[in-house]
Amino acid sequence: MRIIWTLIKRELVAYFTSPVAYVFLVIFLLLTGFFTFTAGSFFERGEASLASFFGWHPWLYLVLVPAVGMRVWAEERRSGTMELLLTMPVATWQAIVAKFLASWIFLGVALALTFPAVLTVNVLGEPDNGIIFAGYLGSFFLAGAYLAITCMTSAMTRNQVVAFILSVVICLFFILAGFNPVTDLLTRWASPAVVDTVAAFSVVTHFDGFQRGVIDTRDLVFFLSIIGYALFATGVIIRGHRAG
Amino acid sequence: MIQIENLMKSFGPKRAVDGISFAVERGEVLGFLGPNGAGKSTTMRMITGFMPPTAGKVTVGGYDVAESPIEAKRLIGYLPENAASYPDMTVAGFLKFAAELRGLAGQARKKAVQRVIELCFLDSVLHQSIDTLSKGYKHRTCLAQALIHDPQVLIMDEPTDGLDPNQKHEVRNLIRELGANKAIVFSTHILEEVDAACTRAIIIDRGKIVANGTPAALRSMSELAGAVTLQARGATEERLAALGRVEKLNGAFRIYPRDKSQAAQLAQEVVDLVNLHGWKVEGMYSERGELDEVFRRITLPDTVKK
Repeated sequence: MRIIWTLIKRELVAYFTSPVAYVFLVIFLLLTGFFTFTAGSFFERGEASLASFFGWHPWLYLVLVPAVGMRVWAEERRSGTMELLLTMPVATWQAIVAKFLASWIFLGVALALTFPAVLTVNVLGEPDNGIIFAGYLGSFFLAGAYLAITCMTSAMTRNQVVAFILSVVICLFFILAGFNPVTDLLTRWASPAVVDTVAAFSVVTHFDGFQRGVIDTRDLVFFLSIIGYALFATGVIIRGHRAG
Repeated sequence: MIQIENLMKSFGPKRAVDGISFAVERGEVLGFLGPNGAGKSTTMRMITGFMPPTAGKVTVGGYDVAESPIEAKRLIGYLPENAASYPDMTVAGFLKFAAELRGLAGQARKKAVQRVIELCFLDSVLHQSIDTLSKGYKHRTCLAQALIHDPQVLIMDEPTDGLDPNQKHEVRNLIRELGANKAIVFSTHILEEVDAACTRAIIIDRGKIVANGTPAALRSMSELAGAVTLQARGATEERLAALGRVEKLNGAFRIYPRDKSQAAQLAQEVVDLVNLHGWKVEGMYSERGELDEVFRRITLPDTVKK
C-alpha cells in the first residue's frame, strides 16, 4: 500500500510540475463552460439542472482523457525508466494500479474545479443536488473507464500519439454503441435483443442513469469492469514486452 | 550471492543469450565483456528480474528471481543502460522516491539519501531537475539510486559510458571500493576498466561465454604475453632470431618466446645477448599481453563470419 502511495505521489508531482497539467485544466474548464452555456443552451432550457453540463461529458472526455493518459506507459517505455521502475521491489500490478489511480485523481481534480457550475444553478434556482451528485459520480467513473482504456493503449506503444489515437478510437466505439443514430440504424435490420445487447456495451447508456440521478449498481459494475479489464490487459501487455 | 544456471533468452528465432552459467560471490567484482549485441544487457536484465528467461535459472541471495522477484529485487541495486531516470524530477526528489520504494522511511531515508549524495558528489545539483543535468551528473544520479539501500548485489550496465576521463576514474575507484563487501557485476567494452576494477572477467560473444578468468589470466592468453621488446643500437634481427621469432617494429625488435616455458627466462636471455655483443640499450620492455588482443582474437572471427 505504501509503495502504491509513493508511486501515486510521484505521478501527481510529475503532472503538476509540467505545464501539461495546467494547459489541460484550462482547456477542460473552458470547454465545459462553452458546451454547457453556449452549445448546451443552459439558459434557454429554463430549468435548474446540470443536464446540459453532463450531457457533453462522454464527448468531451473522448479527446481529453486520452490526452491525460497517453503518456502513462508510453513515456516510461520511450525513456527507459520502465526498466528502472520494474527492477525496484515493486510488483507490476502495483505500478499499473498506482499510475491509473494518480491519473484518475488528476481527472477528479479537474472535475471538481467545475464547481462554479453547481454554484450557478443553485444561485439561479433550486436544483436537485442529489441528481447533480449522481451526475458527478457517473462522470468520474466514465472518465475512469476511458482512462483505463488509455492506460492499456499507452502500454502498447512507446509513441504517445499512437496511444492517443488508439484510445480515442476504442472509446468512440464505446460511445457509438449506444448513440441514438447508431441504434436507430441497427433497429432497421437487427432484432431488438441484438440492439439492446450492443447498446448495453455503451458508456452512454450507462451514464444516462447517473444523469437522471439513479445510482444503479449495474452501471457501477459496468464501469468498474471496464476499468478492471483494461488494467488487467495492461498487465498482460507489459508482461509481453518484458518476455520479448 | 548470484548464481546463474544455463540461462537462455530467445527473441523470436534469435537466441540472444545461449546457455550462460556463472556465479559471483561477495567481494567479487565481475567485469562483463563482449561486443555490442553479445547479450550483456539481456543477461543483466534477466538477473535484475526485468525480463523472464526463456530457460534457466537466476538465484540472487538464495531467492529465485522468477519465483520470489520482490525479495530478490530488494537485494539488488541496478544501474540500467543509459542511466534512465525521470527527467521532470529534481535530484533530491528522485533519490527520495527511490528510497521510499526501497522501503526506507523517516530518519533512515534521510540518512540514506545523504549518504549517496556524498558518495556520488551530487551536492551542487540537488535541487536541479534531472533533464537540466549534464550527462555525467545524470549518470551519477542514477548510480546514487542504485546504491541508496546499500545493496548486497550491484548490477551496472556500462557504468562509465559517456563519462569524461576523471569521472571514469572516480567511478572505477568507487566500484573497487564497493566491491570489498558486495557482489558486483558490471558490463563494459572498455578493456582498461577490467584491469582497473575487476577481480574477474567474463567475455561473452553471441550469447555464449568464451572466456572466464582473472584479468591476468585472460591477458596471458594473449600472443603477446611474455614477449620482450628491445630497442638497442647495434642489435640485429639475425642475432635475436636465435632466441625466438622476431618482429621488426619502428626501430625496435619484439622477440616472441617459442613456448610458454621459455617465457619466464626470455628477458634474461635477451639481456645476456645484449651483454655478449655490447649493444647500447635504449629501451627494453617485457610485455604482459594485451586484453585488447585477446578480446579481438576471441570475438572477432565470429563477427567476421557473420
